Amino acid sequence: MPKTGAAKKGHAEGNTKIRVLVAKPGLDGHDRGAKVIARALRDAGFEVIYTGLHQTPDMIVNAAIEEDVHVVGLSILSGAHNALVPEIISGIKRAGATDVLYLVGGIIPDEDFEPLKKLGVDMIFTPGASIEGVVTYIRKHVKERPLK
Amino acid sequence: MDQKFNFEYDRWKKVLAAHEKKHPPSRKRFSTLSDMEVPLMCTPQEIEGFDYVRDLGFPGEFPYTRGVHTNMYRGRMWTMRQFSGFGTAEDTNARFKMLLERGQQGLSVAFDMPTLMGLDSNSPLSKGEVGKCGVAVSTLADMEVLFDGIPVGEITTSMTINSPAPILLAMYVAVAEARGVPKEKIKGTLQNDILKEYIAQKEWIYPPKPSMRLVADTLEYCTKSLPNWNTISISGYHIREAGATAVQELAFTLADGIAYVQAGVDRGLDVDQFAPRLSYFWDVHNDFFEEIAKFRAGRRMWAHIMRDRFKAKDPKSWMLRTHAQTAGVSLTAQQPLNNIARVTIQGLAAVLGGTNSLHTNSMDETLSLPTESAVMVALRTQQIIAEESGVANMVDPLGGSYFVEWLTNKVEADAYAYIHKIDELGGMMVAIDKGYPQAEIANAAYHFQRQLESQDKVMVGINKHSVDEKSRGIDTLYIDRTAEDRQNKRIEQIKSRRDAKKVEASLNGLRKACEGTENTMPHILECVKAYCTVQEICDVMRKVFGIYRDPGMF
Repeated sequence: MPKTGAAKKGHAEGNTKIRVLVAKPGLDGHDRGAKVIARALRDAGFEVIYTGLHQTPDMIVNAAIEEDVHVVGLSILSGAHNALVPEIISGIKRAGATDVLYLVGGIIPDEDFEPLKKLGVDMIFTPGASIEGVVTYIRKHVKERPLK
Repeated sequence: MDQKFNFEYDRWKKVLAAHEKKHPPSRKRFSTLSDMEVPLMCTPQEIEGFDYVRDLGFPGEFPYTRGVHTNMYRGRMWTMRQFSGFGTAEDTNARFKMLLERGQQGLSVAFDMPTLMGLDSNSPLSKGEVGKCGVAVSTLADMEVLFDGIPVGEITTSMTINSPAPILLAMYVAVAEARGVPKEKIKGTLQNDILKEYIAQKEWIYPPKPSMRLVADTLEYCTKSLPNWNTISISGYHIREAGATAVQELAFTLADGIAYVQAGVDRGLDVDQFAPRLSYFWDVHNDFFEEIAKFRAGRRMWAHIMRDRFKAKDPKSWMLRTHAQTAGVSLTAQQPLNNIARVTIQGLAAVLGGTNSLHTNSMDETLSLPTESAVMVALRTQQIIAEESGVANMVDPLGGSYFVEWLTNKVEADAYAYIHKIDELGGMMVAIDKGYPQAEIANAAYHFQRQLESQDKVMVGINKHSVDEKSRGIDTLYIDRTAEDRQNKRIEQIKSRRDAKKVEASLNGLRKACEGTENTMPHILECVKAYCTVQEICDVMRKVFGIYRDPGMF
């Protein structure tokens, strides 16, 4: 799993670098948006871990926990978000991580916004969203963590 | 250029300089959508050395710059072919019948993600994906329903399927056979373009090498048994949609074409036996002239590649016949009605570029799969271009335009530079392994996104002229979970009804063929006739060939 940025576990040194997992769940192969976002977040100074394609919910849960990320960004353009997103969020919560910011990007019909937000998605970015908008949102909403 | 021209041009340039002091250009640099700088105008000087017969020739003749048919749309209108598929085979069958009734001439099947990935609808990995991006097909029974009441001996069918392409082709052949339609009569196109999967579309199963063997198997099988079948639709569409520039789309796709022709030759086939059944598939984006230049340059390049590089003798081998689809990535969820205007511009560019077949996107495709009414507007857009605008009356009406010829030359030269680079690397298979085209595309995609953020490039309704929208103002198609349930029920029924011995024997036969060098197609045909599922067949191959994993570069 390729990753960028300096210290992987920054908290011990008091390093506050925000760690973001950009993940592609399901069978969807559209990775243009995920790659552009991954690179933009890296350029914005975040530590970015990109899962690559075709990840099962379990694989994403494991990656999120192992990398101890502040943000999980899920990119889905295949229409499978209602089946995949809840599994991932509940899996991460079950594993004990309760302070993760959840973002979803892709083709998400308007009528699915509210149900997804109820399930714990903090923000949904659809086509046309700007990189700066995503960066600003993360900086503003990333959840405070106590030092470990 | 003659002296008088030079004198006049120099004089005018001074006039221009003075004029621009009062009316400065709105920006420093003007460029195409792909960020290729363009001049204010072109004159005979910018295309100095232009040779009509060498560079354009006549329509239907080498190098086909003006088109592959002698009288183009007067004699043969492009095929209006709307790509569609969703839900179960029943749902899509109904949509097909609607499209045929409304004047569409050929079918084009979109399969769902599980089918594209060689999985059955009831696989745990398929959860939530069944019927969402296309139609679910897991066994021959689904294919029988999909084409129920549709005359497979008369229409042409295009199938967008790649890794499992041989299986879906076998199912189509089996459906035709069962209805008494001889193999020689069925007409259609298999996308079967695995290289662009690694480059851009990313719906792969096996590693590149065995995948290329399967492509060669279908090439060989079709050449011998399905003479009217287009074996590979060499696709720039997905490459472009993944963020490539127009030049990258053209270059990487032609380089893929070169790799397939080489694979056929390496299989021992005569190039003129199979090359006429290869076709292309371009994206057609917003930059009107850049797209027209790409279509024209592509035909000229392929003609030279086939004649000079592969020594093909049959003119049919030199012709780049192409399907085109308007650019999905150019559509906006914001103010979706604006997409009708974009699709019109793009469709017009494809026609002026001389496309042979066209899909026009529906206005709502960035929100979901299209509704019936949105599909109808898209089809009507083509019909308006064909029957009202008058542009189909002439062959290559923009040929000879100083700018269009300059741009065609420029696109061609830049695309050749990429092809030479790929040749130097050792061909497309090696280039893919090194991640070369993937990285070039990712860079271009990132560059474009940055240009959007800085308003260097404009998307109306996104980074300029945006409005607060309470609602989109259009209805969208919603695919519910019942498709998955209905589909899974049918798989269970088929599995309980089919002859287990035939299933086992055919899968065994396939495994042996995969392990050896025998052509896999006849064995795959046996498997589908025994109602083996797509996943069962792919699993046999997964075991022998292994699977491919995303290197995850960004």
